[in-house]
Amino acid sequence: MALLSRTPRAPLEYSRTLWMRLWVGAVMVFLYAPLIVLMIFSFNDSKRNVVWRGFTMKYYDKALNNDVLVEALVNSLTIAALATVVSLILGAISAVMLWRFRFPLKGAVDGTISLPIIVPEICMGVAFLMFFAKVQWPTDLIWPLNLSAITIAHITFCFPFVTMVVRSRLASFNREQEEAAKDLGAGEWQMFRDVLIPHMKPALIAGALLSFTLSLDDFVITYFTSGPDTVTFPVKVYSMLRFSVTPEVNAASTILIILTIVLTAIALKLQGVKAIAETH
Amino acid sequence: MTDAPKKPIIQIQNVTKRFGKVAAVDNVSLDILAGEFFVLLGPSGCGKTTLLRMIAGFELPTEGTILIDGQDMAGIPPNKRPVNMVFQSYAVFPHMSVADNVAYGLKIAGVRGGEVKDRVAEALELVKLGGFEDRMPDQMSGGQRQRVALARSLIMRPKVLLLDEPLSALDAKLRAQMQFELADLQDQVGITFVTVTHDQDEALSMASRIAVINKGDVSQLATPSDLYEYPANRFVADFVGSVNIFEGKLTLDEPDKAAVDCAGLGKVYLNHGVTGPHGADVWVALRPEKIYLHVPGEGKAVRAAAQDAPEGYNFARGKIKGMSYLGDITLFEIELESGARIRVSRPNLSRHDQEDFTWDDKVSMHWRADSPVVLLS
Repeated sequence: MALLSRTPRAPLEYSRTLWMRLWVGAVMVFLYAPLIVLMIFSFNDSKRNVVWRGFTMKYYDKALNNDVLVEALVNSLTIAALATVVSLILGAISAVMLWRFRFPLKGAVDGTISLPIIVPEICMGVAFLMFFAKVQWPTDLIWPLNLSAITIAHITFCFPFVTMVVRSRLASFNREQEEAAKDLGAGEWQMFRDVLIPHMKPALIAGALLSFTLSLDDFVITYFTSGPDTVTFPVKVYSMLRFSVTPEVNAASTILIILTIVLTAIALKLQGVKAIAETH
Repeated sequence: MTDAPKKPIIQIQNVTKRFGKVAAVDNVSLDILAGEFFVLLGPSGCGKTTLLRMIAGFELPTEGTILIDGQDMAGIPPNKRPVNMVFQSYAVFPHMSVADNVAYGLKIAGVRGGEVKDRVAEALELVKLGGFEDRMPDQMSGGQRQRVALARSLIMRPKVLLLDEPLSALDAKLRAQMQFELADLQDQVGITFVTVTHDQDEALSMASRIAVINKGDVSQLATPSDLYEYPANRFVADFVGSVNIFEGKLTLDEPDKAAVDCAGLGKVYLNHGVTGPHGADVWVALRPEKIYLHVPGEGKAVRAAAQDAPEGYNFARGKIKGMSYLGDITLFEIELESGARIRVSRPNLSRHDQEDFTWDDKVSMHWRADSPVVLLS
């Protein structure tokens, strides 16, 4: 029994000290307690949602039958999926470009690409609002084209994250592997497909996860770029909160959390957790 | 290693490579013959790797021509050249199994089906990795990964196999073993090997010919034994093996004998001519193992025996200033009467040999008149 063994603690075995265990416990509580409470109260049989009044599934029923809420969720998922795919392609290409080539104003390009990460979201939101108004971006298109403005805005702030993650992965690439592939007869494109992309794969998955979650829960920029008929999930939840905090909101949020966890698990499974951890 | 005349498979003609203003390779010309185990030997930064990479096509010569099997390589990219390379880091593809790694070149070349499998098995057998097909590179040791890299190149049946510091990442025991295996492998496949190394032991043990490179230029091109016993200049003498070098003046130079007056070593006799300018500044190079250190009392007997041929031997006296016991040999540093120091190595033929000497012992030594090499540069 490991628990009962009284081997003396080694100097670096911090995980065996009491205060460290308490600290880790406290961090866990701070991180997850609100989420767990939110999930529990989604089953609360009470309109006010302050005191526990018994178990019910009716708010899930209600949430799933709330057409506007479901539409918002579908919108959010669609935007996130589109933004992820485009960000991944743009981010990977810009990362390879910055890593591989020398060109005039490289430093400037390098700095500009990461600008959307630094600029406050509120400024980005206002900027997008003004931009789309100025170019008179059509707002009355059919679905999913009516989401184009939001999607473009999301791509703008998502792809720099992909660039960053992929670049740090590329820094660990052994150029001799590229040369080995060419030495064995591979052309530029074959080398890219067979050697470089497999090397980038964990970073691409991490970047996709980042993009997807960033896009899915973005509120500020979306709020400024959404038209009257294009409500996304976070925006919808916010508008529901203005009336009252009903368990319906909890139920919808719980669905979203579970969806995110499942998607993350699939992504991790695809690559193996180890490879993701390798992407510093 | 037969001496039959062979045709050159690689011809390097007046090749210069400049990085900015620095010439990494400076007007080098040499022929590498078909079927030989050729080694480019030199200190780090001497340009040997650049030369190898120019043969592979990863660097382009600033000036000059490289011909492989008679064909000018100008404008031919690495993936179209009939050579393959084993990289210093091995560059095994980490996301592919051993079989996929080895088969990569064949697949790119469009070979399909059973032939790939057969040739992979054959190549792995050749490098003694039969049965490792499904392993992933991260489940293998450095030595095994190197064999994968070798198999991956050999499967392409290149005209020339280039190896960049192939043994530098292996531990000493494995390195010694791989030296033999590489030489064996080369015998088996009959492909020309061109290896870059900074390790003289590696070069001497594997090569059929060695080009010593210094500052982008070929210092000497010779067989291993010629390189060691007849170095052409001080750089080669010093870089290949361990050596004592003394500066002196050539005072006697006849067809069958010569003498050099060295400030440090006294008069050194040789039993052959040097054909250098009389009175010129020259250097005498003397390998530590060519000097015979007398055990106490032995010196007189040797001198007596040498009476008949006084110019066949050289004698010196000194005091032991340093000793290092290396097991098979003991290395002595001896202060000569002139104050100069000389290194002498002595095989430990019996278990008690090292007990005959200690620090500050006065000792005498001799070496044969055909041992020193006179260097003009």
